[in-house]
Order: sequence, then C-alpha cells, then structure tokens
Amino acid sequence: MTTNETDGFAIVTAELTRRFGTLTAVDHIKLQVSYGEIFGLLGANGAGKSTLIKMLTTLLPPTSGAAEVGGFDIIRSPDRVRRRIGYVSQLLSADGALTGFENLRLSAKLYDIPKREMGARIDNALEFMGLVDSADKLVRTYSGGMIRRLELAQAMLHRPAILFLDEPTIGLDPVARRTVWDRLLDLRRDYGMTVLITTHDMEEAEELCDSLAILHRGQVSIVGKPDDLRAGLGEDATMDDVFVHYAGGSIQDSGTFREVAQTRRTAHRLG
Amino acid sequence: MKRFIRESTAIVQVELLKLVRDPTEVISRAVQPVLWLVVFGQVLAQVRGIHTGQLSYLAFITPGILAQSVLFSAIFYGIGIIWERDLGVVHKLLASPARRISLVFGKALAAGFRGAIQAVVIYLIALLMHVSLRLDPLSIFAVLAAVMLGSGIFATFSLVIACIVKTRERFMGIGQLLTMPMFFASNAIYPLDIMPEWLRVIAQVNPLTYLIDALRGLMITGGETVHGYGVDFAVMLAVFGGLLFVAVRLYPTLAE
Repeated sequence: MTTNETDGFAIVTAELTRRFGTLTAVDHIKLQVSYGEIFGLLGANGAGKSTLIKMLTTLLPPTSGAAEVGGFDIIRSPDRVRRRIGYVSQLLSADGALTGFENLRLSAKLYDIPKREMGARIDNALEFMGLVDSADKLVRTYSGGMIRRLELAQAMLHRPAILFLDEPTIGLDPVARRTVWDRLLDLRRDYGMTVLITTHDMEEAEELCDSLAILHRGQVSIVGKPDDLRAGLGEDATMDDVFVHYAGGSIQDSGTFREVAQTRRTAHRLG
Repeated sequence: MKRFIRESTAIVQVELLKLVRDPTEVISRAVQPVLWLVVFGQVLAQVRGIHTGQLSYLAFITPGILAQSVLFSAIFYGIGIIWERDLGVVHKLLASPARRISLVFGKALAAGFRGAIQAVVIYLIALLMHVSLRLDPLSIFAVLAAVMLGSGIFATFSLVIACIVKTRERFMGIGQLLTMPMFFASNAIYPLDIMPEWLRVIAQVNPLTYLIDALRGLMITGGETVHGYGVDFAVMLAVFGGLLFVAVRLYPTLAE
C-alpha cells in the first residue's frame, strides 16, 4: 500500500483475503476507516465479519492482500498494531474466577502500563464504566452488561487509538445494551477512539455507526452512511430493508456449527 | 528481559489466585499418590520381588510417585487452555502486545508452582510413612527445582497437544493415552536395569525417567542418580526448551 492510501485512515485494507481450504471467508476486501469514526461491519452469519476482525487484530494471518491498522502493517508489524488497538471478542473473555480489579490489573501488565500509572488508570477505567462498587467482586457474580463494560474497560485501559468490538451487545437486555452504547459514544467523545464494531443489530448500527459496510459471502456489498443507504432504497426504507437487500436477500443457512455454538454460549453466559 | 518477567509473572499471578480460591484440584490430586504409596507401595514392599539396591521399595517409589503426580497434574493442563480458548481468554491474551513466549512460559511456570504443591503433599505422606528423606535445604531446593522443571515440561507438552487437537473431547482421549504409557515406560516403580531391552530404550527417551532419576538422588537418603544430576537437568532443560519453541509457534493458532 502507498502512503497516500493509508494517510488519515485508522484502518486500510487492500484486497485482503482469507481462505480456509476451499472456502474463501474474506474475499479481496478493500476498506478505509477514518480516525475517530464508529464503523459498523454487518452481515449474516458466515459473511466474514469475524474473520476480517481477526485478521485486523493480528489473530489470523491473511492468505493474501494487505492491511494497515493505526499506521502499521498487520503482517510486518503485528506487535505495533497490538499496541495501538483494543479488542473485545464476541466471546466473554473476562475471567470469572478473578475480580474486576484483577482482570484489569492483568490487562495493565500485558499492555505494559507503567506501575506508577497503573492504579490511576484502573480507577479511571472502573469509574468510566460504572464499575467502582463491583471492582472487588468476582466477575462470575456480574450481570451480562457489567461483564461487557468490564471488557470495554480492559480494552480501553492502554488508551488504544482503535477499538475492535465483535458483536459486543449480543445477548444483552435493552437496558444493558443501551449502557454499552453510551459508553462507546463516551469513549469516542472523550478519547477520540476509532471503533470498528460488528453487529447483527440494525438498531445498533443506526444508533452508533457513522459509516458501515455490509458483507456478503466474504465480499463488501456496500459501504456508506446509514442515512444514505436507507435513502438509496426508497423513502420508507428501514435499516432492516438495507440489511436484507445487501446481505444476501434472505436469512441464510450460513454460519458454522462452531460460530453458532459460540454465539449461543455467549448469550447463555450473559444470562 | 524485564518485559518477559513482568508478562510471565502476570500470568502466574492469575493462575495462583485461581488456585488459592479453589484448591479442589490440589486436594483431589493428593488422593492418588496416597493410594500408590500406602496401598501399592506397602504391598509390593512385602513381596520383595523387585531389587532396589540399598533402598526400601517404598523409598524407591516415592520419587516415582511424586513424578507421576507431577505428570498427571500437568499433562491435563491443556484442557484448561482449550477451555480458555472456548471462553475467548486466549483471544484476549493474543490480541495484547504480550510476547507469545511470555504467555507460554507463564503457563509453564504456573504449572511448576502446582507441581511444587504436589511435592509438599508427597513429602508429608512419605514422612508419615517413615520414608527416610533428605531434608537439608539444598536438597529440598533442588527437588523443587526439578519438580517445577518437570511440571513445565509436561504442561508445555500438554499445551502443544491442545493446540493440535483443539477440542476437549479429543484432548481427553490423547491425555489418557499418553499418561499411563509414559509412567510405565519410566523408572518410577521399577529400576531401568530390570526392564526388557525395548522398554529400556523407550524409558531412555522419556523425560519422566530423568526427572525421577534426579529426584531419587535428591530426595531419598542413600538414593543415587544413575545418569548424574548434570545429565538429568540438561536433558530436562533441553526438552523444555524444545517444547517451548514449538508451543510458542502453535499457541497463536488457538485463536484462529
């Protein structure tokens, strides 16, 4: 990628592709996400959202193509990319056998936050996410919304430039989901973080995202602002209409057994 | 180096906190060595069918039972790794800038501390059974070092298997398949020189043999090492280094 292609963008991909045997999960994807933007990745199960996010967070090497995150190449400089990003996976990654504080302390150590700043950063993250009173309780006693907020706190602790959130509100009740949205908007306002979020939830996409891309069978069907995408389909079009139109036209029998099992397990753990 | 130590100790701290909060595993793991020493050891000691030199049979098998306890405890470490993968903990760790070697070494070191706890339990059982143990600080320190190294070897081996099989069901099958043959193809409950030739060859390439050999010399009054401590520790360090090398390369595949 040339410097002109990556200038001013938090995330840039060029022909990014990932194959698993004969299956092409992500197929020559070209995307640009500006700094400070909340960018949504939408698509049916198996559309390639999680595979794309795994490549961008350096968890999965691409088969071909290139990508830069925070100005660094995901293949040549994965360590630098990891320092610039925060990641909340679709799965519940907070450790239930530890307290909220201990989970945050682990993140602080892994992200090399200096000892003298660690206490203040953890206190700030707990306060930001409204978890001060629960900091010393075991995470297994938290509600689903509290766990998600703790995971956001872990992901923001080192002040990343870019946050990757893989279906962060799946399984949450409307109140908890709204609280997570508010915290995400606060993160963008207070810290100028760029957020890339995958979701199935059209209300979430409309409420949060400045721009979004809809994936279908590993390819980008459309990229645009929610209002523009709706307007493109007609006066009364909803985001559901946009999704159905660009994500393959119908609910597919896609998504692997493992993906569906993971989603259900996450929803179950969130109660 | 400072970064490596900080990252590894962060992993160890988490593992030990969990162990302290829920010591069920430590307690349940103590049952098996009690059975081996109290039942198997005492019965076989009466038979006097196995020549163990100047050591009583009970004294001879005590280091073997400690090593067995270390093996059985560490070899199922991979189950926990697969569980962490299913929960997304592995993804979180691997998306952080922490070095892969720190994460894997931290897991191995945590397994080492679990092994050290097993050693304390077996020392207590052996003392109750009047096994003559070497209790000078240097010997105890060396035993703990050997136990921690052995635990690190088997936990890292377990992690490698977990990275290959990736599911708990497959792992359980392989874990069961490996542990008993490794135990019987070692010098844990009979000396190398009474083994048939083919079994002795297998025992010579089994790292458990070198752990038991070192423990027998370090732990038991009058016990001797066949290979020498230098060889025992060198083999264990080399095996650990090799497994660490492989595990560091395979561990990131768990998040794919």
